[in-house]
Amino acid sequence: MTDAVTVPPQTGVTAVVEPPPVGAGGGRTRSRRVAGARDLIIRSLVPVVLALVAGGVLLAILGRNPFTFYSNVWQGGIQQGSWEDSAMRAAPLLLIGVGLTMIFRANIWNLGYDGQFLVGAALITGLAPSLASTPNVVSLVILFFVAMGAGALWTIIPAFLKARYETNEIITTLMMSFIGVGVANVLVKGPFQDPTVNIPQTRVIPLNRMLPSIPGTRIHVGVLVALAAALLAAYVLKRTSFGLRLHVLGANPRAAAHVGINVKRLIVMAFLVSGALVGAAAAVDILGVWGYMRANWNPGYGDTVIPFVFLARLNPLALIPYIAFFAVLSNGGDLAASNANLSTDFLLVLVALILLFMTVIEYVGRRRDLGGSYLTPGLKKALKAPLFRRRGKQQQAEHEVAS
Amino acid sequence: MNILHFAAASNIFSKAVLTSLIAGGVVAGVPLMFTALGESISERAGVLNLGLEGMMLLGAYIGFIATYYVHSATLGFVAGMAGGAIGSVVMVVLCVWLGLDQIVVGIAITLAGEGITSVLQGAQFGTTYPRLGAPATAAIPGLDKIPVLGPSLFNQPILVYIGFAFAGVLVWIYAKTNIGLNLRAAGEKPEALDAAGVSVIATRSWAAMATGALAGLGGAYLSIVGAGVFTPFMTQGQGYMAIVITMLARGRPMWILFGSFLFGISLSIATALQLAGINISIDVINMLPFIAIILALLIFARRSYLPPALCIPYMRGAR
Amino acid sequence: MPPLAQRERSELGPAPDQAPAVELLGITKSFPGVLANDNISLALPSGEVHCLLGENGAGKSTLMAILAGMLQPEAGRIKVAGEETRIDSPRNALDLGIGTVYQHSTLIGPLTVVENLMLGEGRRLRLDFAGTRRRLKEFGAMLGVEIDPDARADELALGRQQQIEIIKALWRGSRVLILDEPTSMLTPQAVVELQKVLERLKSSGLAIVFITHKLHEALAVGDRITVLRQGRVTGEISRERVRLSSPEELEAEIVRLMFGESGKPTDELPELSVRIEGVKHAATTAGEVALELEHATAAGEGSQPGINDVSLALHLGEVLGVAGVDGNGQRALAEVVSGQRRLSHGEVRYLGAPVGKLSVAQREKLGLRYVTDDRLGEGIVSSLPVSLNLVLKRIGSAPYWRRGRMHTEAIEQDAKRLIERFDIRTPSAQARAGTLSGGNIQKLLLARELSNESKVVVFHKPTYGLDLKTTRIVREMIGHLRQGRAALLISTDLDELLEVADRIAVISGGRIVGVIDNGPGAAEQVGRLMIGDVTLGVQEAAPPVGQQA
Repeated sequence: MTDAVTVPPQTGVTAVVEPPPVGAGGGRTRSRRVAGARDLIIRSLVPVVLALVAGGVLLAILGRNPFTFYSNVWQGGIQQGSWEDSAMRAAPLLLIGVGLTMIFRANIWNLGYDGQFLVGAALITGLAPSLASTPNVVSLVILFFVAMGAGALWTIIPAFLKARYETNEIITTLMMSFIGVGVANVLVKGPFQDPTVNIPQTRVIPLNRMLPSIPGTRIHVGVLVALAAALLAAYVLKRTSFGLRLHVLGANPRAAAHVGINVKRLIVMAFLVSGALVGAAAAVDILGVWGYMRANWNPGYGDTVIPFVFLARLNPLALIPYIAFFAVLSNGGDLAASNANLSTDFLLVLVALILLFMTVIEYVGRRRDLGGSYLTPGLKKALKAPLFRRRGKQQQAEHEVAS
Repeated sequence: MNILHFAAASNIFSKAVLTSLIAGGVVAGVPLMFTALGESISERAGVLNLGLEGMMLLGAYIGFIATYYVHSATLGFVAGMAGGAIGSVVMVVLCVWLGLDQIVVGIAITLAGEGITSVLQGAQFGTTYPRLGAPATAAIPGLDKIPVLGPSLFNQPILVYIGFAFAGVLVWIYAKTNIGLNLRAAGEKPEALDAAGVSVIATRSWAAMATGALAGLGGAYLSIVGAGVFTPFMTQGQGYMAIVITMLARGRPMWILFGSFLFGISLSIATALQLAGINISIDVINMLPFIAIILALLIFARRSYLPPALCIPYMRGAR
Repeated sequence: MPPLAQRERSELGPAPDQAPAVELLGITKSFPGVLANDNISLALPSGEVHCLLGENGAGKSTLMAILAGMLQPEAGRIKVAGEETRIDSPRNALDLGIGTVYQHSTLIGPLTVVENLMLGEGRRLRLDFAGTRRRLKEFGAMLGVEIDPDARADELALGRQQQIEIIKALWRGSRVLILDEPTSMLTPQAVVELQKVLERLKSSGLAIVFITHKLHEALAVGDRITVLRQGRVTGEISRERVRLSSPEELEAEIVRLMFGESGKPTDELPELSVRIEGVKHAATTAGEVALELEHATAAGEGSQPGINDVSLALHLGEVLGVAGVDGNGQRALAEVVSGQRRLSHGEVRYLGAPVGKLSVAQREKLGLRYVTDDRLGEGIVSSLPVSLNLVLKRIGSAPYWRRGRMHTEAIEQDAKRLIERFDIRTPSAQARAGTLSGGNIQKLLLARELSNESKVVVFHKPTYGLDLKTTRIVREMIGHLRQGRAALLISTDLDELLEVADRIAVISGGRIVGVIDNGPGAAEQVGRLMIGDVTLGVQEAAPPVGQQA
């Protein structure tokens, strides 16, 4: 491979001073790397801890004992075999998390996970009885693909609108989600209704037709499917051209077009992959745990998974421990909430707190990186005069002006 | 059977049905109207407020309990505005001042609003859902006797008239005042506003607070007047509907009124359909507004306009 | 700018005992790793045009930002009309009578002229349309121009937009007017008009700061010239010296001030020449046609125009320049050639074969490359390492990717080679591209586009904002393409085109209005073409293929 040009040798003219790179990536000393890892751990754990503490405070204000609450969480989440339930609860959470990770990498917001999940779930509970005569493994695989296909299908309209017209996908996916909830209900109450019962629900898949368990436990193999998906996603994102294209699209969409990435096609692919993973979550949950579907059922997994997707910095492997943690919290939280005579929606509050603390910690971390001051002084100044300058970020920005 | 037979066979154009349709459209449209008008202020200034759903719920709950305990709808509305404003304070501090991601914070506010109001409702009232009495309406003499339109448009609580008037005021503010100009500049090109010596941060902060207050007002109207009760998650996506209305109306207040009314009809069409003798399942009816939105977006995709600086935090000196 | 001898110099100056409008004493400002302003002191008397001259990176923009209230100095004092004060914010600066016209427009496109002027002015709630219109008329008279108050800002010519920015800068009471590289977006005729405007403003007592990196501009306009180099004032040439010295003397002295004793001969770089002449290169249309556009038409984007019925031929061994005021379709032209934009009509042919249907990636592989002007916005991905940025246009291709899998060794090896070859200053190949300085980012882009068997390269404003050393290197690289390859050089910098190009096409309103050979007199011809004076007997645009001899 030949280059067109050789650069002429340096002359005696003095060069403009070259600044050292800010926040350099490579060539760090060992101590800097250790500090970096410590920073990472802090940024990953502190928001969760703060949220739990804040949640405890909230409980106290409501007149409930936070210590009882959290020990109930532990009880109901881990002890006496509950950990197996938590593991099974983690399966759909992880799959949805991976699906969101992949598409958030491209800076595309798929917020339609509820609709994608429910449509997939409805279809497989409805179609399962017709497959009664096919061999078990075949039927499970088919149902898996049906769910994935349904999830992917439910992203087509938002994908098309965004690719073609740059329509804001937040709105379109949300709208499709509401529609999906309705469609699932219509299906469950209509063609998939179990004719033998009075309540609006589908027929129940017999136990021997559901996902087999991991030998020695009660946990169904769907959990392994979820783990495999996370591993595969991590590999794709880090080492394949598809993963790099997603990254470029997310980091700089104009650059993506400039360097020759087919942006429209990539947007649609990202949506399809994301939707398919959400559909897989539905398959794992229905075929592994429930076996049937009731009308007006919406476990709302996606909402609760989002903060952890970000805390894991869009890394599917890092997501696994977070999901595990949340599965325990969620499972145990059911018991704790009912014991405390509190709505289970309290979990939503905890999740929101994690999100909020996470964004704040990110900000603090960013400013520290750039040598700026901590949050409090800046906030004090901001309260005095909204026209405040943020030194750290501005210094870097000013540097841009100067060079 | 073609649509004309269908129309004739049912009572779809009977007076009762039409009145119910339009009245329902107004009642259901008012929360949307307030919220969407509020969102138009933020969006004009470059702030995308995804926490509307949470702010509406906060306003709905706080407004509800204020009215329930103090027996004054007016106080309830004010309390609702305060509730919504609290939600937007988070937005102001984290997104406008600190420049954090508007979408993530918006989602957090919605989740927090949904969760907190549900928990508080449960903690306060357990499993009962106390109802409020019907609110006082003010009839405009003469006009309220017009068939069909009369009772729906001219016999409503005073707040509704204030709402209509507010839309007109907003038109004036946008076109003829310094505030309006500053808002627009903040959304189009904040560097220009900064260079002109106006604080972009202050402009966006006030805009976001106004949005929160109006969304809270919309939510309060929903719980106090619309339903007379507070149930968790009662907004059912209306916050997002408001964002869509604002987008499609390109931020223009009169079009927002119109759009809110249309979507209000789709929200309240269940009663009218019953009256018309048309039997469609409740699930389909609930989907209609969203299907309508998707269709509208598919048809008008090219024409929705968002300010260039939307969602981008302003940092002086950055490019 | 017209040559020195023809310029009328105002004999009037400021009253000798009046305090200067603004005085800077010992201003110092630094950024991480860079001392942008080092103990700078200068005085701005009223009624003068004071030129701040220095190459890109010398610290002019920083100093200007401090004066405008955008930045705060670490040390030093500022005196306005004799009184010591601080300039805390842009609003503060405006209140003190210091108005700034930035290089990048601060007008809001969709707003009308009146609305733009009213921005930030009102103390009351209501907008004062009538009053603003009145004052606009007054200012227009003062500047000697007529402006339509209700026109949308983005529908006006760039020269007119600049005049509105000047008016806006002076709106609150004028003491000082700062102009940052004001001629970079103007036609030669608009530049003359600007000169006239400045003369009128000067005679009304305004102190004008004119920031530039071009010597001939400074000499044409400046009553007093201060030279900055690496953050320091290396010298100041007073009014009397400017008036009394010959152009050649001044040029020699300024070059010495800008570069020290080891200053290089000035005829290497047009920025340092007093007179700009077109350079005639050897006849180069002899080679085969490398790139051809025939009746090419493509849509614009937003407020930027597209191209309309463009026909051009670029030969191997040639550098074809494309001149024009910014925003006349240059980007559309570049993107149509590179594949980023689709043709709605006409054809693009590369080495004889039509490529209109080929994607960016396909054209890149064939050797058709594009060095974009928007380095940070679309050229690189700041968060990715330098090594990946160097192969960004070849994602998925061997040997860097095989069957979708990334081969990091191949990528790293290539990166090392290119970093060395193109002298990209970076701590390592893994460093994030966003941490590089502007000049090195441009070198990265050049490395990417020129390597791996490039054949025809499109350059868009390749030396914009770069320091003179890097500028020289880049222009040499472009010149090297004459050996067996070809370059399409799209630039708004006429000086650059006159130095580097063999032929110069002029684009206006999305159309090619003429193509001329470079040489003496080319500047004037190009200027006339830019304003649409096509009655000059210039060579027509390249005839469409089929009619060629």
